[in-house]
Amino acid sequence: MLLDRAHRSHLETLEAESIHILREVAAEFANPVMLYSIGKDSSVMLRLAMKAFHPAPLPFPLLHIDTTWKFRAMIEFRDRFCAEHGLDLRVHTNRAAVAAGINPFDHGSREYTTQLKTHALLEALAAGGYDAAFGGARRDEEKSRAKERVYSFRDAQGQWDPKSQRPELWNLYNGRVRSGESIRAFPLSNWTELDVWQYVYLEDIPVVPLYFAAERPVVERDGALIMVDDDRMRLRPGEVPQRRKVRFRTLGCYPLSGAIASEATTLPEVIREMLLARSSERQGRLIDHDEEGSMELKKREGYF
Amino acid sequence: MREDADIARDVEGWLARHERKGLLRFVIVGSVDDGKSTLIGRLLHDVDGVYDDQLAGVKRASARGAIHDGDGGDIDFSLFTDGLKAEREQGITIDVAYRYFSTPARKYILADTPGHVQYTRNMATGASTADAAVLLLDARLGVLPQSRRHAYIASLLGIRELVACVNKMDLVGWDEAVFARVRDDFAAFTARLGFREVRFVPVSARRGDNVVRRSALSPWYDGPTLLESLEALPLAEASADGPLRLPVQMVLRPNLHYRGYAGQLASGTLRPGDRVRVLPSGRETTVKALDGWRGPLDEVRAPASVTVRLDDEVDVSRGDVIVGVDAAPSTVRRAVADLVWLGERAFDPSRRLLLKHTTRTVGARIEAIVGRTDLDTLETVPADGLALNDVAVVVVSCSRALHIDPYASVRGTGAFILIDAVGNGTVAAGMFRADAPPAEPTSAGGPVTAAERASRWGHGGAVVVLPDRAAADALDRALFERGAASVVLDGESVLAAPRLAAAGLVAIAVDGVETLFSGTSMEIVRVPNDIDAVSELTARGVLR
Repeated sequence: MLLDRAHRSHLETLEAESIHILREVAAEFANPVMLYSIGKDSSVMLRLAMKAFHPAPLPFPLLHIDTTWKFRAMIEFRDRFCAEHGLDLRVHTNRAAVAAGINPFDHGSREYTTQLKTHALLEALAAGGYDAAFGGARRDEEKSRAKERVYSFRDAQGQWDPKSQRPELWNLYNGRVRSGESIRAFPLSNWTELDVWQYVYLEDIPVVPLYFAAERPVVERDGALIMVDDDRMRLRPGEVPQRRKVRFRTLGCYPLSGAIASEATTLPEVIREMLLARSSERQGRLIDHDEEGSMELKKREGYF
Repeated sequence: MREDADIARDVEGWLARHERKGLLRFVIVGSVDDGKSTLIGRLLHDVDGVYDDQLAGVKRASARGAIHDGDGGDIDFSLFTDGLKAEREQGITIDVAYRYFSTPARKYILADTPGHVQYTRNMATGASTADAAVLLLDARLGVLPQSRRHAYIASLLGIRELVACVNKMDLVGWDEAVFARVRDDFAAFTARLGFREVRFVPVSARRGDNVVRRSALSPWYDGPTLLESLEALPLAEASADGPLRLPVQMVLRPNLHYRGYAGQLASGTLRPGDRVRVLPSGRETTVKALDGWRGPLDEVRAPASVTVRLDDEVDVSRGDVIVGVDAAPSTVRRAVADLVWLGERAFDPSRRLLLKHTTRTVGARIEAIVGRTDLDTLETVPADGLALNDVAVVVVSCSRALHIDPYASVRGTGAFILIDAVGNGTVAAGMFRADAPPAEPTSAGGPVTAAERASRWGHGGAVVVLPDRAAADALDRALFERGAASVVLDGESVLAAPRLAAAGLVAIAVDGVETLFSGTSMEIVRVPNDIDAVSELTARGVLR
């Protein structure tokens, strides 16, 4: 097949568009914030932001919603990366829920997510008075996201209503909000999982080591490999952690993130595995399996 | 289609090839019954962009008996794409959805636009960023009025490449004569629309014939499959060869010695040493440097995002545009445009509008509706209003000058949106035409009214009281930069504030003096120190 000659590559086009979005939000909103989840998508979004405002520093802080159940390697990566680059990182946890003992073992992924992610996020956004929050979501991740706008409007309660979303034409984003209303802006809307990995590869962007295969202590539970990241992990009768060579396609709270058996220890190997794999990345993310359309419900409530 | 063997053998080599692939964006249009969702599902499935777990989900849903056609196997391909729960229940697609896939030659972004009553709004949205359109025709029904509308809207939004799929060929026994009749009918119509080329492909989406796989059932057809047609379309690269247009998004000032102008090239190419002009000031200067993340760049081409430094200390801010010293855009306050009304509520001349064009947002009004475009005849017919999905030709009038190009020449500087100033919704999408607007209607002479001033300046009058002189001056400066008419009053001059406000100016006074005119009926906007005065005036509806 004939390769297109003398054109710009798709990644250059996507990069230019994402930078346009980042600058547009920074220019039109009074108090934006970037949600930083420490994963590969966040890492790409952050790099694009650093490029967009270079040589000036980021004109907004980063916000991490810490459920207290993230992998330890994520928190180490977060703190080291932000310190190295002089980034203004804000961390928020729903302390009331943690104090009330909400955890991923006793409460089911639905309630756990609502309390420690959705409510925590809404609390943090309200406390910071942010009128725009960048998120690293992509449209190719899940069916309900295929129609998500680049600017996603939230009412004063931070909730999303599919009927009140605005048409988006060209690169002319309408960022007008009333006091209390806000938007979530998704600069990576048009990126695919492969685009993200290829950009990480080409740009040499540091990512959390959990994406690469290594011997890790895991238990097999309900068909998923769950890593025993600390002594809070509740083992069921008969479960004995085994060391297996695994890696993660998506990162989140360790008791809810399924690992895959893998030998991929380098980026090209990870990309090869991903390309040859026959299941989409969200399969490893347990919260999506609750019920059909579950992501859509969570989004309406204010989760990304 | 999958290149599994290549990937398994040498992923780095594959990545190096993949990295160089270009991007083609296209929109697929068709009505509910044309089999559009099935075509998209089939395309994604056969190109192998669908993962096993998604396939399993669709098989489960198909088995649950959503829609059984028994004929296309046990998979309902439309279920790959129907996203939201609400629409799965209703069996229609209610919004534009974006899909992604790649082949050994290209990457694709597909905008899936539903074809029911809101099709104009959705189609305009999907088409606005597309280089090409794929349009579905039902072989049994031939060219329908909506087929013509879809083609017209695609051409209106600047799409130059059209692939028409004559679908459901299996239901007409793969009769070549049927295909030829539909093709000739439609070609006769599209010849009027300015497409560079219209390609026709006989397909059966349900069976996958001529979508990705060439069909044995159409031996009389030796043209490309749908996918082959897409692979052969030229990529939209022309914008880099167009006139230089760099709308400034923001000014980067990390320190006193650095001043960079950040924006995305709407058109053209930029190199250090190029002579450029900054609009609206008109100042001419030279490009000192183009700053990239890894160092200075030799050249940037549209649609790159860039940071530019200029030789001279010129005053440049967001909303300005950097252009070449020749081929200037038109600087106008009034212009003729094609307009697609997107708002649920019909156009109401009493509601104030904002117009966003590149990085500049100004007050605007629809001065005249030249006519509505009848989508069946393509004739412009008289109209006294605009409702959802109407397409019309209008004269827009802005509170400040814009630097525009005809949409047909430069999409980026020819496109705009209209925003309802109170509800904040996006109510219309516009495309500037090359035609000069009719002479400005002159008022009957006589005294200038507050309404005329509001129309010119894009804001209403108000008395604003700020806590101190510094805050008053800062607001005055901010308003001045926006092109507003404002003035700071002190001492006895504050007595004039109500009169100035009534005439349409923003009269700014300092705290403690407002008792001087407490007896007037004029509303006084008091802005405490911790509130941003511009935001407050916007929230109060004084500024747009």
